[in-house]
Amino acid sequence: MSETSPLVAFSHVVKSFNGGRARGGNVRAVDDVSFDIAAGEFLAVVGGSGSGKTTLLRLANRLIDPDAGTITVAGEDIAGIDPIGLRRRIGYVFQSGGLFPHMNIAANIGITPRLLGTPKSEIAARVDELLDLVQLDRAQHRDRFPHELSGGQRQRVGVARALAAKPRIVLMDEPFGALDPVTRDALGSDYRALHARLGLTTVMITHDMTEALLLADRVAVMHEGRLIALGAADELSRLDNPYVGELLGTPRRQAERLQATLSQSIRL
Amino acid sequence: MLRSTLLGFASIVQTMPGLALLALFYPLLLALATLTSQWFGVGFSAFGFLPSVLALTLYSMLPVLRNTITGLQGIDPALTEAARGAGMTARQSLAMVELPLALPVIMAGIRTAAVWVIGTATLSTPIGQTSLGNYIFAGLQTQNWVFVLFGCIAAAVLALVVDQLLALIESGLRIRRRIHVSIGLLGIAVLAAATLAPSLTRTKSTTIVGAKTFTEQYVLAALISHRLQAADLPATTREGLGSNVIFDALANDDIDVYVDYSGTLWANQFHMPELKPRQELLSELKATLARRNITLLGELGFENAYALLMPKTRADALGIHSISDLAAHAGKMSIAGDYEFFARPEWTALKKAYGLSFRERRQMQSDFMYAAVASGEVDVIAGYTSDGLIAKYGLTALDDDRHAIPSYDAIVLLAPQRANDAKLRAALQPLLGKIDIAVMREANLRATGNGADSSPATVARWLWATINEK
Ligand SMILES: Nc1ncnc2c1ncn2[C@@H]1O[C@H](COP(=O)(O)OP(=O)(O)OP(=O)(O)O)[C@@H](O)[C@H]1O
Ligand SMILES: [Mg+2]
Repeated sequence: MSETSPLVAFSHVVKSFNGGRARGGNVRAVDDVSFDIAAGEFLAVVGGSGSGKTTLLRLANRLIDPDAGTITVAGEDIAGIDPIGLRRRIGYVFQSGGLFPHMNIAANIGITPRLLGTPKSEIAARVDELLDLVQLDRAQHRDRFPHELSGGQRQRVGVARALAAKPRIVLMDEPFGALDPVTRDALGSDYRALHARLGLTTVMITHDMTEALLLADRVAVMHEGRLIALGAADELSRLDNPYVGELLGTPRRQAERLQATLSQSIRL
Repeated sequence: MLRSTLLGFASIVQTMPGLALLALFYPLLLALATLTSQWFGVGFSAFGFLPSVLALTLYSMLPVLRNTITGLQGIDPALTEAARGAGMTARQSLAMVELPLALPVIMAGIRTAAVWVIGTATLSTPIGQTSLGNYIFAGLQTQNWVFVLFGCIAAAVLALVVDQLLALIESGLRIRRRIHVSIGLLGIAVLAAATLAPSLTRTKSTTIVGAKTFTEQYVLAALISHRLQAADLPATTREGLGSNVIFDALANDDIDVYVDYSGTLWANQFHMPELKPRQELLSELKATLARRNITLLGELGFENAYALLMPKTRADALGIHSISDLAAHAGKMSIAGDYEFFARPEWTALKKAYGLSFRERRQMQSDFMYAAVASGEVDVIAGYTSDGLIAKYGLTALDDDRHAIPSYDAIVLLAPQRANDAKLRAALQPLLGKIDIAVMREANLRATGNGADSSPATVARWLWATINEK
């Protein structure tokens, strides 16, 4: 998969935020991070809250600019690219949804094609296609407004919006966090299939280690702004980093506890 | 930075009383108009419409600005980030996301401003813009409460209607119903057209008769229009003009004719320090006016002088007949005057000549003054000799034995462009020297109150009939 040159590459990227307080308020949200993502790769990013995952994603489509280091997309340093065009070429699913409350679902999904000047009829067809894809009934949802949807439905619209302009690269910030396990599982594997079918390159932030291991080709582990591990599941398990070990062990431990609880209740 | 400067400026403007702001704009624009006509050869009328619109625009800035800024600041930053993430430029984000989301707050500001402005617009009457304030000012002056109420209620209804139309536009924009927006815009356009139409359709050949803001002026303006129309000269009146505005308006040909008083022009307009005997003052004034191309056509025959007035019975009881007599009692007495009087040179002259010093000084609407002195609420008032209420309340004017106050002959003035208009002169000639003080007092008394026959036009007809009987 990584026989070609990387599609996205971070090289010694640093991003600090001024916490506002005069003293000691400086947060190194991303601290000297370097990694490559090959075209067609599905990368999951995991790590504790505040470890810099979202910041990493925002850097990739120039919602913010790094303090140091370079980021390239398709070999080009993005510092020299028009950010508007860059963002229209990259799909982005926001952690908080970020749907426009004054636009109906169809308008929300079709926003980037509209900005690109795609004909209306083409946008409408694309919107329907995407609603199918994220398992929302076309007729029922097209004309509704975001506040008329459940949290999970909104997240699915967010995913559809990110895909609307047929991007090659999709950045997803906890796209399935508010979904029930059944839908989440289904949507996750549907997306994985789509990713493969369309030849997408996906970076997905998740808190769910099982999801990360099941969907992604490789998993990146962030900790306090640093990228402490990056690799496929087996590669990660060979590392002797206690934090990574704990993270990796979580799904199995949960499964075992669950098993125990279930068999106990059967015995009773 | 720019934002806080703008907001600060708008707040300062807002704290200025509407009337003061409007009044300030007239001399400002006048100076500007003089400059542009000197530099570019084109002037503009600083009278009426332009200063009103500019002042009211300034006045409406604060709520609109403040709400726009508040509305834009109140937007969830996650949404502006989503807008950027979707690939919007800053302008697209503003137009497609931020403004639509801030719309309710912005519209609330526009609605507040609209209601304020419609209320404040009634104050544009004194700078020569016909408005609903004409009813209010005229009604207050002539104690015609029906007029006052009508003006107030009409302004309130207009404000409510405009507010509702704006609400309709707002809801139309929010739920994206073109029809709502169209109806709202149409309604506002119709209202604007209806209110602008009268001033736009007025033909240039109409003679404009000016009037200051008191009863006598309304009656005399009506009388002049009446005579002009009888002579086949179309005329309209521009009433309720501030006394600082009206003279400049005449000098700039914004109005064609009005009645002023010799002493007022002498002291207030030309700032002449020394007093002259009546005839001498008139001829000098005539020459001074002529230098500014203004024609002093002649006197009407009566004086409307400032006079210190007391109830006759009380004056007799105290043995006060002249202002010199009054000076001895003044320390225990209170005096009331209209809003202008204590700032006028006449008051300074009176104090100086007689060494007057009152226990208390009060400012009142001139119509309430007479009742106040009659009831003993104040001891002395600075009233007008031609006021009809003098007879009604049994007041007496104290003799100005040291001649501190100049004479105030009512004089007819013509604008520069009408100086050689023989038809106009001929139409006004029959009025000159015909109106004596007794007739004018009676006319002023008749013009006070609510009755149908107290309208300036009716009283003007009575006045014309009366002076022709003699
Ligand atoms: N705009 C900002 N201003 C100041 N500090 C910020 C800003 N954005 C992020 N940070 C800080 O940077 C650090 C990393 O934040 P980031 O949002 O990348 O975390 P995260 O890994 O996405 O966390 P979570 O899983 O909770 O979403 C945090 O300490 C956060 O407080
Ligand atoms: Mg995050």
